[in-house]
Amino acid sequence: MRINISRKKIRDSFVDKVQELSGQNLLACYQCGKCSAGCPAVSDMDILPNQIIRFAQLGLKDELLASRAIWICASCMTCNSRCPKGINIAEVIEALRQILLRKREDHLKIEKLSDEEKEDIPPIALISCMRKYTS
Amino acid sequence: MKICYYPGCTLKNHAKNFEDSTICSLKTIGVELDELDRWNCCGTVFSLTTDDLIHQVAPIRNLIRAKEAHYDKVMTLCAMCYNTLKRANERVKSDPDSLEVLNNFMDREDIKYEGDVQVYHLLEFLKSEITFESLAEKIVKPLKKLKIASYYGCLLVRPKEIGFDDVENPTILEDLITILGADPVDFPFKTECCGAYQTVDRPEIVAERTFQILSSAQNQGAELVVVSCPLCAFNLDQRQKKAIELFPEFKNIPVLYFTQPLAIALGCPKETLRFDLNFIDPKPLLREKGLI
Repeated sequence: MRINISRKKIRDSFVDKVQELSGQNLLACYQCGKCSAGCPAVSDMDILPNQIIRFAQLGLKDELLASRAIWICASCMTCNSRCPKGINIAEVIEALRQILLRKREDHLKIEKLSDEEKEDIPPIALISCMRKYTS
Repeated sequence: MKICYYPGCTLKNHAKNFEDSTICSLKTIGVELDELDRWNCCGTVFSLTTDDLIHQVAPIRNLIRAKEAHYDKVMTLCAMCYNTLKRANERVKSDPDSLEVLNNFMDREDIKYEGDVQVYHLLEFLKSEITFESLAEKIVKPLKKLKIASYYGCLLVRPKEIGFDDVENPTILEDLITILGADPVDFPFKTECCGAYQTVDRPEIVAERTFQILSSAQNQGAELVVVSCPLCAFNLDQRQKKAIELFPEFKNIPVLYFTQPLAIALGCPKETLRFDLNFIDPKPLLREKGLI
């Protein structure tokens, strides 16, 4: 992946928005990588949790909002419980999802699921999926 | 003793085996569940964004219902309900401004919420109020020679502020299983996420996790896995079908709610065990062990 960094992106309101929605100080991260080392979902992610934090610090909005990783994270909180700097990485990823969802860019089209796909799915799964993937 | 009970959405259908086995187990030890009147869905997941107050309305409204029924504590069985209700409660307790906004929003409620209802889980109740020692005295059918692995998943133990056991190495379920007379099996994936709601649109991810988690338990000798979350239960039990398609070497293993072995050990009648709702049939194993 080729990435352009610039002062403009770093100072973009996107960085403030992520910090505000997540309640986290992105600059506290010193890239130890413990979050990615313990994440059970990294094998399905295109940008790893520690990289998500770095990208967010640098204001790489387009890369983050188009990533698969932000939808793969299921907020299991393993990263949060292990971060030596006390950063809640899951909250940062939730903020990224919310930035899209608040523009009605839903990730899940529940009506497009077939009856077979929905078969036997308990309410707890459907409700949590809609809460995380739709606006 | 009567305790206030919040069931949540799935306990009334797919996880009726969780509810029925709990009701019977508690009745056996002299505890009656008083189901909350007019309870509503907790939202299943706690809203993680700082400004999202609207999604705290549903969990807090349930705590108002508990207060109306003159209880200062409400108990859940489902790990997701436990997490969502407890986190919402902690949020409003530590942030009086949001509590005021929420109370103003719910101005048609007769009473105000003041952070004065405690949320707790059945496991905490059994350990702290009943105590495992006195539970041990009520066991009529010890689960001898049954090797049980306990899967905690995420939401009983994380985040640390609301979890009731060690965040990395919880043991409360193993302690309970020991009391029941079974052999607890430790395994490294007991707090590893099962993929949760991704079961809806990415069942293959969940099937792969199910394979990893259950194979790890089997490698340590487990014959049975117990859980406390209806979503973990669905993923680890039902998704075994897909796990076998992806990993032909995988062998099925029954997944039960921890209250089902508890109910067996306390001598509950078989209609309260509701094994018809478990996808992988545990009856052959339990018959072989002389337990049913």
